[in-house]
Amino acid sequence: MRRRRTATERKVLTAKLTAKDLTMIRGERCLFSQMEFALNPGELLLLRGQNGSGKTSLLRAIAGLLSLESGEICWNDIPILSQRQEFHAAMVWLAHRTGLKGDLTPGENLRFEAALRPQSKASVSAIYDRLGIARLKRLPLRLLSAGQQRRVALARMLMADVPLWLMDEPFTNLDSDGRKLVVELVEEHLAGGGLCVMAAHQDVDIDVPVKQVDF
Amino acid sequence: MGSESSNTPGMLAGLTAITRRELLLAWKRPGDVLNPLFFFAMVCTLFPLAIGPSAAQLAFIGPGVLWVAALLASLLSLNSLFLSDYEDGSLEQLLISPQPLPVLAIGKTLAHWVISGLPLVLVSPLLAMTYRLPPGVMGVLMLTLFLGTITLSLLGSIGAALTVGLHRGTALLSLLILPLAMPVLLLGANTVSLAADNEGYATGIWALAAYAVAALSLAPYATSAALRISNE
Repeated sequence: MRRRRTATERKVLTAKLTAKDLTMIRGERCLFSQMEFALNPGELLLLRGQNGSGKTSLLRAIAGLLSLESGEICWNDIPILSQRQEFHAAMVWLAHRTGLKGDLTPGENLRFEAALRPQSKASVSAIYDRLGIARLKRLPLRLLSAGQQRRVALARMLMADVPLWLMDEPFTNLDSDGRKLVVELVEEHLAGGGLCVMAAHQDVDIDVPVKQVDF
Repeated sequence: MGSESSNTPGMLAGLTAITRRELLLAWKRPGDVLNPLFFFAMVCTLFPLAIGPSAAQLAFIGPGVLWVAALLASLLSLNSLFLSDYEDGSLEQLLISPQPLPVLAIGKTLAHWVISGLPLVLVSPLLAMTYRLPPGVMGVLMLTLFLGTITLSLLGSIGAALTVGLHRGTALLSLLILPLAMPVLLLGANTVSLAADNEGYATGIWALAAYAVAALSLAPYATSAALRISNE
């Protein structure tokens, strides 16, 4: 328990996501230009905009999947592309597609994910219970509903012990309980000194310091 | 490694995890494993039927046919290497995992070889018998196929990574890979022919082994670079 707390404290001290002069052009269209933001521990960056306005592209750029026309995204003042592994060890991404294998059970999927990135010391079964997927553990993922698959993807997020959460439309496919749960999880994560970048096209009612970027 | 990532699981854990996941997926979808094997067996058994039972003729074409069939079977199976991962988004999750991408690429490719290449190696003696190849050549055939299919899987992973974002990239994949795969085919088929004629064949084995080692050390880097490009 003690070691866990020091780990969190260190995260609080060092985590910082900054971006300046971001410009991205996809095809013929300029999605955004001269964008900049700075995100500190405990803060939520909300990307607001219509469908197709470039929210996901910005998230993908932050994750290091898309290259930018110009500008730089830095994690702790070091460009993310020059410290890919360290940065990826500090983030987890809830993408539009779950990124889980349909033929495997949630348990098998999450066991694989656990071998990739730092894991939180919270018990796995507590996370399952909280997300309401405990009784689905033995079913192939493709038999679950879209909302249930989403909850498994959220479990991957909770299991990872990382400061930065990237969430692309986290409320998609979730019922009202699920949406409330996502809000709670984000609030807890930020209260623990985490950072979160969230793309959303609807209003989000979260009780945390919010920075907003409009597209 | 910074202090923050000190609790990231090691490379070996990542390699085992992805290999295990791939094998588990194949176990749940046995059809994907059997496809290349059936193709290989079918081509190899059809040739003797079409050509006739002349022992001399069959022994003459045997090594070539076995090797061409193995090459095509490998190519057929390669298209699916990254495709399902690309479609369900798990490829993106691999790209943003803190594990080195070349290591994950090796894991996926090795699992692919165990699923599609190794069965070919194991059934090849059975099929070689239909070509009246002398029993002493079976060992050489299996060894060349063993080295050759590993190389083909590794080379193919580069092509599969490059074409994963394109729909119906199979033809392009074959076109990209065939020039690189030619030396494997020539060395493999000729080594088996030499062994069947009781001549020295060690050079061919060494050359195949060298090619396999080169592919094993270089292909994963090319594959991971190609994956990053395909996912832009």
